[in-house]
Amino acid sequence: MSRKTVTLAQGNGGEENAELINKIFYRHLKNETLKRNEDAAIIEPFNMQLTSKIAFTTDSFTVSPIFFSGGDIGKLSICGTCNDLAMMGAKPKFLSLSVIVEEGFEIRELEKIVRSMKKELDINGAKIVCGDTKVVPKGSADKIFVNTTGIGEVQKNGLSSSSIKAGDAIIVSRDIGRHGAAIFADREGIELSSSLKSDCASLWPIVEKLIEANIGISAMRDATRGGVAAVLNEWARQSEVCIEIEEASVPIAEEVKGICELLGFEAYNLANEGTFVLAVEEKDIQKALEIIQSFENGKNAAIIGSVTGEYPKKVVLKSEWGTKRFLDLPTGELLPRIC
Amino acid sequence: MELKLKDLYDGFRDPKAIKSFASLIEKETEKLDTPINIMEVCGGHTHTIMKYGLPQLLPEKINFIHGPGCPVCIMPKERIDHAYILAMQEDVILVTLGDMIKVPGSKGSLQNARAKGADVRFVYSPLDTVKIALDNPDKKILFFAIGFETTTPMTAALIDTAIKRGIKNLFFHINHVTVPEVMKELIDSRDIHVNSYDNRIDAFIGPAHVSVIAGSKIYEVFPERYNKPVVVSGFEPVDVMESVYMLVRQFVQNRCELEIQYKRSVTKEGNIAAQKMIDRYFEKRELFKWRGIGNIPKSALKLKEEFSYLDAEKIYEDILPKDEIEDHKLCICGDILRGIAKPNECSVFGTVCKPSSPLGSCMVSSEGACAAYYKYGGLI
Repeated sequence: MSRKTVTLAQGNGGEENAELINKIFYRHLKNETLKRNEDAAIIEPFNMQLTSKIAFTTDSFTVSPIFFSGGDIGKLSICGTCNDLAMMGAKPKFLSLSVIVEEGFEIRELEKIVRSMKKELDINGAKIVCGDTKVVPKGSADKIFVNTTGIGEVQKNGLSSSSIKAGDAIIVSRDIGRHGAAIFADREGIELSSSLKSDCASLWPIVEKLIEANIGISAMRDATRGGVAAVLNEWARQSEVCIEIEEASVPIAEEVKGICELLGFEAYNLANEGTFVLAVEEKDIQKALEIIQSFENGKNAAIIGSVTGEYPKKVVLKSEWGTKRFLDLPTGELLPRIC
Repeated sequence: MELKLKDLYDGFRDPKAIKSFASLIEKETEKLDTPINIMEVCGGHTHTIMKYGLPQLLPEKINFIHGPGCPVCIMPKERIDHAYILAMQEDVILVTLGDMIKVPGSKGSLQNARAKGADVRFVYSPLDTVKIALDNPDKKILFFAIGFETTTPMTAALIDTAIKRGIKNLFFHINHVTVPEVMKELIDSRDIHVNSYDNRIDAFIGPAHVSVIAGSKIYEVFPERYNKPVVVSGFEPVDVMESVYMLVRQFVQNRCELEIQYKRSVTKEGNIAAQKMIDRYFEKRELFKWRGIGNIPKSALKLKEEFSYLDAEKIYEDILPKDEIEDHKLCICGDILRGIAKPNECSVFGTVCKPSSPLGSCMVSSEGACAAYYKYGGLI
């Protein structure tokens, strides 16, 4: 039996296009708003006070390979956008979904991706309310590109990269660098003695509990491309503070450490897709840690450092043997070392 | 026994061991009247020293001088141009290792060539090139081979595999260099720009990976003929601290010897099978130009005459330029590679010359001294 694949005709805006949307996208993602099938979604007021704020974000996903240990491009495209909303203290509500598919893409795989999306949307309590599908000739795109745009309802105000102050503690929600290391391992066929999975996950459930407990959070950020190093540097610069990190406290899985050793990377620079960094007020440090650790994907959460005034706009890494160095922003293409 | 990834680093970053060596070195160094300038030949050591902040733990009398041991840093522009020109050939896939694709030649880097449509790929292991060759029978695969004694056996193994499997579309541009000759050059030679008779090197930390292959014997000449002690060292912070301690002890006890710190893998004779494989396919070049240092006799390898049918330098002789190209006037990579200057003494360090826009090769490679200073050197 021949495998069904996406054809250029399915991007024609006509019969075949409608069939693809109905059989794959609507089948899994349909809801009251989406099924109206209008040019734009009309969102009914959703228990919002007039003073409530809305968070709005967008992201495109072009990961390779599209199926990786711990996730796929579908899960990633929902997590990525919902996490961006969650990091601003907003509950993810409505997402748009724009998909660019290469001719010849297997329908079975497309459906697998959409199913992943649905699962992750449910975790966030969000839904797809509008979308677009384009099919491009073979060779014009690398399998599938996904864009998601999200609207969220702000539940906690005042979170900002500019609000971090001396005395705050820096917490990471779990071990770092998993997504980058897993993608590298999958892409380059590095076989490990134990299986390494991406951290790809939705963060709203944890964030919701932190907000409910009224934890004094100055800022939150999911450490995606550029890793923890990029988040900390951005915070140090925008808040004009020094962030001091105790290297020994930073949780890093042994497989990730091993990959970093083999390829000459630093886990601080590797991407994460379900790990976030928090700057928390001193009074709530333990409480915040306990809440995060009560979740399965937060059980390795740790306090990794503190905010001081020593070297403003810099991130300092402190070793266990008493030396210090700056942790800078990652630069250029991540390449393996030579010898 | 299964090797776990944890075994790669566990134990060699033990804070107690590092602190304990720091205190032993401190005590021993007090017995010395003059400072010791230790050249760590290999860029891997430079990175360990900078990344783990080891100078912060050492007395002022211990001074590290960074050496020419980075295969990317020492590649002259004309040979990078070779790679660029070869990559731009229509029917060619150029394959090389990691950082090499970022180094600028006079025409640009391999990254630039890739942006212009050239098929440039990097591999983790040279043997991965076999698959590329088999998957692309209508293309010529050119392996641009770089590195010291450490990576040479892998290139030899690739040649061996290509011949045994009858792969007809794989060719080689060989740029393998050898460590002892450049170390001798740093002590022996006189450069027109700098008086390198005044080199400040008192002792060497020798790269262990090189000696895993070539044995520690390649360094015997340094204590014997040049009166410079050598300790062959591993790359973890505990390894480097122990090696510094071993060197300091030699000075305190008035000894000058070749010692092995990295006994877990290095022997005097090295890996004989790997050496035989290298000897089967390679022979010494008369001269090889090292970027910033100049021509050094017998310091590099080339394919033996009988394998010239695999040699891209010969096959593409007509399109590969032979003239030497000067480095950028403001760049002092040459002095840095000679151990005469430190990266932060360069006028363009961290301003015009950064990892994202490197002027000189020492800033390009992750093994380069300038890159190490840029990345880790801020507090030191």
